[in-house]
Amino acid sequence: MGKDDAMNKEATDKNSTVANSNTPLANGKKGIIQLKEHIVEIISDSGEGAQKCGQSLGSIAAQMGNGIWTTEIIPAEIRPPARSIAGASGNRIRIGSNRVTNGGNQTDLVVAFNEQVLLGRVRARELKEGCTILLESMWRNHPDSRIVSAYVETYNRLIDAGFDVHEVPMEQVCKTIVSDARKGKNMFALGMLCGIYSFDLKLARDQIAQTFGKKAQSIIDSNEKLLDAGHKWAEENLEFKYKIPAVKAKEAQIVVNGNTAIALGVLASGMEICAMYPITPATSASHYLSDVFEKVGGIVHQAEDEIAACAFAIGASYAGKCAVTITSGPGFSLKQEALGLAVMGEIPLVVVNVQRGGPSTGQPTKTEQGDLMSAIFGSHGDAPKVVMAASTIEDCFYSIITARKIAETFNMVVIVLSDATIATSQQPFKRPEFSESWIAPPVDQSAIVNGAKPYDWDETTGLARRFIPGQPGGMHTVTGLAHDSDSHVAYDADTNQRSLHARSLKLAALQKTLKTPPVFGADTGDLLIVGWGSTKGAIEEAVEELQKEGKKVSSLHLQFLQPLPSGIKEIMQKFKKVMTIENNWSDRIEDEIIDEANRRYSSMAILLRSRYLIDIDCWSESRGQPIKPSTVYKVISDRMKN
Amino acid sequence: MEENMSLSATECLLQMSDELHALEDYQSGVPRWCTGCGDNAILAAVQRLCRDEGLRPEKTVFISGIGCSSRFPHYMKTYGFHGIHGRALPIAEGVKMARPDLTVFVNTGDGDCCSIGAGHWIHAIRYNMNITVFLHDNQIYGLTKKQASPTSPIGTKSNTTPRGSYLDALNPLSVTLGVQNCSFLAQAVDWIPEVLFDIVKAAYHHKGLSFVRIVQRCPEWLPQSLEPWLHDPQRVLMLHHENGIHLSAGLSKVYKNQMHHDPMNFKEANDIAFTTDPIPVGIIYQNPEIPCYEDLRYSTLLRTPEVTRNGLNRELDKFTVWPEEV
Repeated sequence: MGKDDAMNKEATDKNSTVANSNTPLANGKKGIIQLKEHIVEIISDSGEGAQKCGQSLGSIAAQMGNGIWTTEIIPAEIRPPARSIAGASGNRIRIGSNRVTNGGNQTDLVVAFNEQVLLGRVRARELKEGCTILLESMWRNHPDSRIVSAYVETYNRLIDAGFDVHEVPMEQVCKTIVSDARKGKNMFALGMLCGIYSFDLKLARDQIAQTFGKKAQSIIDSNEKLLDAGHKWAEENLEFKYKIPAVKAKEAQIVVNGNTAIALGVLASGMEICAMYPITPATSASHYLSDVFEKVGGIVHQAEDEIAACAFAIGASYAGKCAVTITSGPGFSLKQEALGLAVMGEIPLVVVNVQRGGPSTGQPTKTEQGDLMSAIFGSHGDAPKVVMAASTIEDCFYSIITARKIAETFNMVVIVLSDATIATSQQPFKRPEFSESWIAPPVDQSAIVNGAKPYDWDETTGLARRFIPGQPGGMHTVTGLAHDSDSHVAYDADTNQRSLHARSLKLAALQKTLKTPPVFGADTGDLLIVGWGSTKGAIEEAVEELQKEGKKVSSLHLQFLQPLPSGIKEIMQKFKKVMTIENNWSDRIEDEIIDEANRRYSSMAILLRSRYLIDIDCWSESRGQPIKPSTVYKVISDRMKN
Repeated sequence: MEENMSLSATECLLQMSDELHALEDYQSGVPRWCTGCGDNAILAAVQRLCRDEGLRPEKTVFISGIGCSSRFPHYMKTYGFHGIHGRALPIAEGVKMARPDLTVFVNTGDGDCCSIGAGHWIHAIRYNMNITVFLHDNQIYGLTKKQASPTSPIGTKSNTTPRGSYLDALNPLSVTLGVQNCSFLAQAVDWIPEVLFDIVKAAYHHKGLSFVRIVQRCPEWLPQSLEPWLHDPQRVLMLHHENGIHLSAGLSKVYKNQMHHDPMNFKEANDIAFTTDPIPVGIIYQNPEIPCYEDLRYSTLLRTPEVTRNGLNRELDKFTVWPEEV
């Protein structure tokens, strides 16, 4: 093809775009279809801005009054090769008329910047049958014939598989506005989606102003042009248009992901020091905190390693200011010895473990609930710790405040379990109203009366007043060695027994203050599902659907995992069967060599079986993905048949 | 205005008037170290420092890891933190960051600091927090009963190296001086208590991380190893300077192998740090200009509930979807 031919072709393409704008698919002619909910995703190669587009769409939907749940689609590598199947980067937004509690099932509509990342999503079975696909069409005319044939082949296969594929000349249109279309396509896509879902374009413009607020006006202007172009293209070229009716919230709401909520919780709890070491998927909490903590007098210390981060936090807590360390599985394993020290010295400490796939390095960007046992039983010897799990984004915020308070009241280590699902997902929740009761009183520097002991354990509760450096008369040496109530090293049998007793009693003392969690559904029935952490939304959605079908199933979701609150056994006894659903490993009883003598149960099932002596079943998977409500529905339906 | 009030303002209200000038005010319990152990000499020097400087026991914290020397805090009538193996330094950093008003000391051994905690050692030097660190270096693991440590001389016979240790000893001086932000490096030996005290005192007065390696005897596991140095004053290189340690007339007569060394002279300090025989004793390097991490990071904001409330609300504003105004 000569130079002139190429130019002619380009001209023809441009003409065809212009021609399209005159076709009779004009505004108003297409009927707006009302939907109860839709799941939409935007995927691209890394660095093409699909994540930003998705986040913005989520925020816009939230402002429209829709319920949302956004989920990041993250490749494990920072810059996977372009157009690679495993390289999909983006965001998935479940938009509903009402409150949305989880990421939902399969995707209804997807915007893909190339066919390869799309292929990855198809293979992962993330797309619904007949799903609408808006696919960047530039690859059809790519100079590299291999790319062209890969594109055409995939396109044809998608059509054959029954997907509703629409080719979109994103690159072509964006190039008329900006020189580097790679940096503009996401806003074009946003405009397109605002058109499809009948969202207010003004809200999208506000998003652009917020995102690019610190940059030049020309950048804001060109992004607005891209937005308008996408909107226009959708209005003129697509036959469908949706509306997901929404009721605007009557109260102010916050839209953040779980990690940001954790950071906000740290800030709101009055803690002043966060010591951390970079680890996926926990680090973004520290990123955000690093940006804002100093404004309220706080410090994020990036330590030289995970152990140092934990030891640093312990030192700060010992000195009178309860500190937090934020990590994920491998880092949590490294901290275990230091956690034992905090338990032994009775030093308050908040530890956040944003769980990821394990064991070992496992799946850093994928989700799992695999660390419950190491949280409760980790560290050698008897090291009683408090373990809580956040089950919603809102929970991430309030759990930290509660954790700080428990840590300082009981002089204990409090572990807050989150996971990659809620760490990167967004769900609006009621804007918190700060309360002075959230924060700790100033460091006590009053003199200790003569004769008072640093570990003057109460016979009933095990509690002792903590002496803080600076308090005259309170001088003593904290030690990880067995010690008596003077904190003197003691190897005698009675003292060891007594101090272990005191540290253990504190858990019971805390347990006495915990409320019995509510049952979701009727308090009697055929089956009770028990869950913890991020699976709450999916479990309750499925259970609710089954309840509507008349099934006698209810669910119970636990926030406190160590100690377990009272009343749980009584709840379970009112159901014929009890089963946990968890995102971690358990053996399938169907396997040839698995039987009751060797079956390994899910973590929560093991805990509940041993505590309540009830024959509790479990179902779990470790696919690195959030458990879908449809999966839970199927699992429960199958179990209830038997 | 309230946001600019510094912690020291509240500290004034708590100022104690007690005068402490007796050694007993800093002594706690009877040390369980072996007779002739170098740890005893270090304890005596440090208790004397506390008395001479009138340190307030409630405002002083000794932090240690694990090992014979890490029992040190138990013998001080101050606050103490006997931590876990190798982690004394990060614990001390956390204490100092949370409470810069506290005087913080670290006692660590050659296994604690140079082996299991070596990563923390390097970074502690770089943070340069105002902490005084004593490396009790007896070149052997004592509490676990005689295993070679990184600083054991090559050929040291121990329970894990019955035919002699294989590797050349790690040199804590050259390692410390090689790390960015090293601001104070000194070396003492337990058998010259007068100089040991002067060095401990200089280390205490230095603002920044003062790293003092104390070559000490282990009469239980390596009773002979330092004998040649003990009996030959020529094998000790006395560093003295108007900016460093002043040698008394008495000591000068015994220790004739002397060097006039300005601790601010890095090049010369570097040569000294690589000298293992004779053993250099004195202040090897000092640079008072290097900023302390806590000064770079610690906020003087008085954290009133209002500061937290306002800070939180400012952040929440960024993420808030407001209801439609009616």
